[in-house]
Amino acid sequence: MARNFDSDDPSAQASESSNGGNSDATAASDDNPTDSSTTATTPVPDGESVTFGWDGLRAGFLACLPVAVGVGGYGVAFGVLANQAGLSLAEAALMSMTVFAGASQIIAVELWADPLPIAAIVATTFAVNVRYALMGAALQSWFRHLSPGKIYSSLVLMADENWALSMQELASGSRRGSFLLGSGVALWLCWVASTVLGVLAGESVGDPAQYGVDFILAAVFVALAVELWDGRSTLVPWLVALATSVLAANVLSGQWYIPLGGFAAAVVEVVRHDG
Amino acid sequence: MADVLSLDPLVVGVILAMTVVTVVAKVGGIWLVRHVEVSERLQAGLDVLPGAIVIAVLGPELAAGGPAEWGATALVLAVMWRTESIILALVTGVVAVVSLRGLF
Repeated sequence: MARNFDSDDPSAQASESSNGGNSDATAASDDNPTDSSTTATTPVPDGESVTFGWDGLRAGFLACLPVAVGVGGYGVAFGVLANQAGLSLAEAALMSMTVFAGASQIIAVELWADPLPIAAIVATTFAVNVRYALMGAALQSWFRHLSPGKIYSSLVLMADENWALSMQELASGSRRGSFLLGSGVALWLCWVASTVLGVLAGESVGDPAQYGVDFILAAVFVALAVELWDGRSTLVPWLVALATSVLAANVLSGQWYIPLGGFAAAVVEVVRHDG
Repeated sequence: MADVLSLDPLVVGVILAMTVVTVVAKVGGIWLVRHVEVSERLQAGLDVLPGAIVIAVLGPELAAGGPAEWGATALVLAVMWRTESIILALVTGVVAVVSLRGLF
């Protein structure tokens, strides 16, 4: 499986200019001398030095705990909804343990009916979660030298919140590749525990919006945007993503606007890269 | 309390199907990228993905929000820009959105 990692690997260039990791100079001189601004890369293109140890695991776990407690508000909400939909405690807990994707679980139990609309539930789950494919792919520049086992175990525990925190961690220059897994463990524990709590609490829980819990995810993403801003070269793809997502959100149901926005920006960047 | 632990085979089946498509989504993207030759141009496209997805999540959410969410977003932006502390930015955002929702 590890066969073709090195053949296509731009990190060979990146490591020439090792600290700060800007491979523009070498990359641009090869085939694109006229427009070096479009070749700007993420701050850490050098995936070679990314580690995977206890240090990162612990750091990720601790950094994500406050966020995970906030996410627990949604977990309680999910538990309550699952309970109302007729799922048993064991069934709701099993869903949180294995699916572990909040928005899709909440939407699924809203679709829950007798007889079960199986195809609709599974298809909607995939549509809501397909954004994770792009989010996972976005981690490749940091993860390319880690073993498949480490990468895939980390990705199974990937959710919006710990993806965002891990992107922030790695974008700011950290090499701790196990940060995603550590933060995922914190989220998973809180998600499962709060699901159980929600089922048991039944209908006696109020609206999570009144504590501002619903704003945490947006705040995480705003902070992340600040971290990922990479100067003016970022402007065009971000405007494309913004326009596409707002338009798509108005036209399409579900959360298709997220993969569509990211995809449109990537396509525009690939086209721009050619000159 | 016996039914607390009940596991309907059909429900378990649906949950497992949901798990399979979710895992495919979570690991599928990076699997593709790792097994397909990545040219420099494609890499440039992938490099803008993180920021673009962040913006794609935020755009419609903010468009659907109101003055309270916009004000809190501006505050998070300012605090993050000046301090680069995510905890400080998050606390500011939550306090701000609750306060502003009280006003509007």
